[in-house]
Amino acid sequence: MQFALLIYESPEAFAARKSDGTDPYTGAWRAYHKSLVESGSYVGGDPLEAPDTGTTVRLKEGKRRVQDGPFADTKEQLGGFIIMELPSLDVALDWAARCPAASAGVVEVRPLAPAAKHRIT
Amino acid sequence: MSGSGQGSDSTHRTIERVARESYGRLVAYLSSQTRDVASAEDALSNALVAALKSWPRDGVPQNPEAWLLTTARRSFIDHVRHQQVAAASEPTLQLLREEHEVALSTEFPDDRLKLLFVCAHPAIDPAMHTPLMLQTVLGLDAARIAGAFLVSPKTMGQRLVRAKTKIRDGGIQFEVPQEHELPQRLDAVLEAIYAAFGIAWDDMAGVDQVGRDLAEEAIWLARVLLHLMPAEAEVRGLLALMLHCEARRAARRGPDGRYVPLSEQDSQQWSSPLIEEAESHLAQASSRGRTGRFQLEAAIQSAHAERARSGRTEWVAIMLFYQQLVRISPTLGTQTGYAAAAAEAKGPEAGLALLDGIDPDDVSAYQPYWAVRAHLLQRLGRTSEAVGAFDRAIGLTEDPAVREFLLQKRANL
Repeated sequence: MQFALLIYESPEAFAARKSDGTDPYTGAWRAYHKSLVESGSYVGGDPLEAPDTGTTVRLKEGKRRVQDGPFADTKEQLGGFIIMELPSLDVALDWAARCPAASAGVVEVRPLAPAAKHRIT
Repeated sequence: MSGSGQGSDSTHRTIERVARESYGRLVAYLSSQTRDVASAEDALSNALVAALKSWPRDGVPQNPEAWLLTTARRSFIDHVRHQQVAAASEPTLQLLREEHEVALSTEFPDDRLKLLFVCAHPAIDPAMHTPLMLQTVLGLDAARIAGAFLVSPKTMGQRLVRAKTKIRDGGIQFEVPQEHELPQRLDAVLEAIYAAFGIAWDDMAGVDQVGRDLAEEAIWLARVLLHLMPAEAEVRGLLALMLHCEARRAARRGPDGRYVPLSEQDSQQWSSPLIEEAESHLAQASSRGRTGRFQLEAAIQSAHAERARSGRTEWVAIMLFYQQLVRISPTLGTQTGYAAAAAEAKGPEAGLALLDGIDPDDVSAYQPYWAVRAHLLQRLGRTSEAVGAFDRAIGLTEDPAVREFLLQKRANL
């Protein structure tokens, strides 16, 4: 089954993206990504631009409300996601624990919902 | 007894101590009569809640364990009545009633050995052997066990419930196995205790993450087992192995929290009382003449500990121990350890050849393999391959200190 690893990162982790790529955090990510791909379980994923580039849209009583910034105002912010094909949640948690963001932020593991997708497709 | 804060604090500490020391004995005794581990645990936790209420008020009873047993038994009987269980369980009730008053004054039998064998019974999923022991013998809660084994707490709770239902309904007997099946059954118990300890292999960044914060609990379990089976050499072997690894705990991190591999550890920081205790168990085990997996693993750690005295490591001896170990227990951990030892004893090519003999599919997520491989490729000057192997090791590492250590080594290539 497929799982999403939702990567919540600290402001420091987002700042590391501006480095020349030789910092330990980026190095750890490079190695982690390689291990993911070579394990044969990697389906896809991408980093997201920093939270301040987000824009939220909602309609309230028919009126458009548009705001700059991310939806949730928390210290750790969604910084990217990884989709993996894995036999169980246990194995997904192993990959989450190895993620460099797990010791600097939080990694949430959520199963994808193919049944919900099937209802709408 | 005074109702002051201090008095009640010390009462709470007494309750904690009694709970810790008696939990497994009480659960074992209650459930060996009924085979119902979950109800025994519920009854005991009710008794502990009652103790928290009444001991600070009335004072700690003369025999706290007997008090807990009596109270737990009463709670158990109430529970069964409440469930309005059919006549079939009437004998159980009768048994409980009869023994009810006896426990107050007399010692009750230590059934923990039976409970350990039940937890590691072949009918139970091997992955649940250790969690069951930690919960039923030591009283650890599902959330803590889930954290150690990196399983969702809800899932761990469900698996524990399922395993206990199997014990109750699956006809699993509370008994010490017969002589002819003892070695195999004991092996499962030892494996489960070792899994709680969680260090499969203690060298070059090979820190297995599973359950590493349970080391003390594992040593406690091994001591309980040794107390109950003092004549079994492998029990002493397991305890010796864990004590040797535990002796190095302080040396495994630098003052700044940095990871220090075994070969770079300051042997003066190793705990000599723990090493001496380990050596004495190992000596007693080998005097019985039956070698086994845990004695071999302990012998390897003993050879490493020798460096504290002689200043050098006898790699040839370690390699030969691993050679025997791989023969009786060909796990990824022992195969990787054998390769690392062979590399030290005979050169990196020999080690690499052994690593190449392991099925690549088995090691795609096994960190120690990649850490050793990277180290050997580096020693052979095969730098670009070493970079690749370091990346795999780094990507599979959970501990940030180990990751930092490997990133540093990779950067220095």
